[in-house]
Amino acid sequence: MVSPAHYVALSVILFVIGAVGVLVRRNAIVIFMCVELMLNAVNLAFVAFARMHGNLDGQVIAFFVMVVAAAEVVVGLAILTSIFRTRRSASVDDASLLKY
Amino acid sequence: MTGSVAGGHASSAAVMTALQAVGIQRAAWLLLAFPLAGAAILLLSGKRTNSWGHLVGVAMPVLAFCYGVAAFIAMLGYPASQRARDMTLFTWINVGRFHVTIGLLLDPLSISFVLLITGIGSLIHIFAVGYMSHDPERRRFFGYMNLFVAAMLLLVVADNYLALYVGWEGVGLASYLLIGFWQYKPTAATAAKKAFIANRVGDAGLSLAIMLMFATFGSVTFLGVFPAAGGASHTVQTALGLLLLLGACGKSAQLPLQSWLLDAMEGPTPVSALIHAATMVTAGVYLIVRSNPIFNLSPDARLAVTVVGAATLLFGAIIGAAKDDIKKALAGSTMSQIGYMTLAAGLGPAGYAFAIAHLLAHGFFKAGLFLGAGSVKHEMNDEVDMRRFGGLAKIMPITFVTFLFGYLAIIGVPPFSGFFSKDPIIEAAFDKGGASGAILGSAALLGAGITAFYMTRVMFMTFAGERRWEENAHPHEAPSVMTWPMIVLAVGSLGAGGFLILDNRLVTFLAPVVGTPPASHGIFTAPAIASLALVAAGAAIAWAMYGRREVPVRAPAGRFATVAARKDLYGDAINESVLMRPGQWLTRLSVYFDNRGLDGLVNTLAAAMGGTSGRLRRLQTGFVRSYAAAMFLGAVLLVGALLLVKI
Repeated sequence: MVSPAHYVALSVILFVIGAVGVLVRRNAIVIFMCVELMLNAVNLAFVAFARMHGNLDGQVIAFFVMVVAAAEVVVGLAILTSIFRTRRSASVDDASLLKY
Repeated sequence: MTGSVAGGHASSAAVMTALQAVGIQRAAWLLLAFPLAGAAILLLSGKRTNSWGHLVGVAMPVLAFCYGVAAFIAMLGYPASQRARDMTLFTWINVGRFHVTIGLLLDPLSISFVLLITGIGSLIHIFAVGYMSHDPERRRFFGYMNLFVAAMLLLVVADNYLALYVGWEGVGLASYLLIGFWQYKPTAATAAKKAFIANRVGDAGLSLAIMLMFATFGSVTFLGVFPAAGGASHTVQTALGLLLLLGACGKSAQLPLQSWLLDAMEGPTPVSALIHAATMVTAGVYLIVRSNPIFNLSPDARLAVTVVGAATLLFGAIIGAAKDDIKKALAGSTMSQIGYMTLAAGLGPAGYAFAIAHLLAHGFFKAGLFLGAGSVKHEMNDEVDMRRFGGLAKIMPITFVTFLFGYLAIIGVPPFSGFFSKDPIIEAAFDKGGASGAILGSAALLGAGITAFYMTRVMFMTFAGERRWEENAHPHEAPSVMTWPMIVLAVGSLGAGGFLILDNRLVTFLAPVVGTPPASHGIFTAPAIASLALVAAGAAIAWAMYGRREVPVRAPAGRFATVAARKDLYGDAINESVLMRPGQWLTRLSVYFDNRGLDGLVNTLAAAMGGTSGRLRRLQTGFVRSYAAAMFLGAVLLVGALLLVKI
């Protein structure tokens, strides 16, 4: 029997993989994918809790998260494209002009 | 305090009341409107009025004088107790308990001043038409002169101290503008500033007195303050008296604020005449006499007034005796004569009327003397050094005779003005009794002797003896527009004193305002005879030194006393060492403290902030991943803290 704890454990594993990816990878596209992974890890937890409580609140939130993630990807990829056009690089470490 | 004054209080001091002005006196605002309009026309209209501006400038004080005479005649029609007439023009300030109306008070005291200011002022204006005829800025000059007259008239007809103060400051402003009229001369510009600053010191005294009045009595009107003054504590009464005295010292050039008067000679001569005879220096005496109900209550303040007066009358006379500049010699004499008036005013009801009598008589002869000096200066290419004059009596007979009349009046030869108006002051000083009376009286007597000396010296050096002129001097008699005012003033120098004093005319006239002095002992009293003897001695010494002997063109080195008197008895040096130097040290110290102390504190604080933020800002590396790591760390800490709190 798969208990909610299993789902939560999987969610945590996925979230940590995503978080580590965001922190260690330089390629902006990979970072994006890691962010998506984190969001989906959270979605998984939401859906699991919704199932556990027997109501739809968690599922509704998961939809919201997906919508936000889609919007974020649209804006993020647009910025990324324009950065790539000007700098010929998708590395986030190269875009470090805004500093002290 | 001694007998005559102490006993005289209850019976002789006047009680201040005023009825509503009616009839022609309701138009008293005309007194201010005429000269103000003149000043406005002349100063605002620019060059357009250059050709006829001086006529407006003369007409306005003359019109004011005509109105003054009409108001005076109307006043004489009232019984003595009803001669003080008040009228309210408008409400000036109305805030909470502070309620100030601008009102005009016509009473025997103010009308005396009105007639003096407008009468003598008009004559000086007429003289100035001739004197300033070659000056391209004559129109501006007359504008300032009218402003001067307007401010002085406001000073004397105001029915409260605040409006008086406005006139007081107006006089200060006008004197500044006129003393510095030839402002392209650095000496004139400096003299104007000096007069203004010395006056500010006195003004501070007057303004503090007004504030104290409001704080104590809740009123600044004469009618509000004087009846209430008796209820105030002795300290307040004395403080008021001393503060008013400080104000009077500034305007009237009394010790210790005397230093500006001699430098004020940098102005055109008609200005000197106006300042010394009709306006400005008389304001201080007016202030003391007007505030007589306050001074009556404080013997200490009155003693201070007499001491100031006696010291100044000797101080001025000694300076006058050493000056070679004819105008400065006359300026010293003004200081001295105002000292007599201040001395008299400090004697209380015994002296107020005599102070005013001497002031009015002095107005005639001092204006006459200054116009005479101006006439000489005008004809001698602006030379003022008496050592370059001499032998002018034959060249300028009218100037000589009018000057002679003024001379005889100021040294007090009977039957000229000064004899009648000065001797009651000496007599009243002796009548004060006690040691102080004897000292004050002796000072006044001695002053009379010195006056005779320096005025005789002026006469001999200017009009008698050899001609010591510069080569290019071609003096001749002044034009009639200048001589006529001098002739009128000479007649006044002859008659004014006797007219005012004999028969107690002025004393009776002023009695409702300033109280009655004790009955006179007659004309040829012991002090009067002593003063005549001293006058004869002074004149004889002057004749021996300057009439019998040749006057050297170059001033001899002189002994210690002469040198000191030439330097105004070190008045400027004292001001410099006592006030200016410590003041400069104080500013330097303040600047140092400001730079090092206050600025240092603020600058250190700012530098510390700057340094800290300079280091903190290194955290903004621009690497997105470091920001992300920081966010994660923060989130973890937050969650950890929440868990910790929950458990």
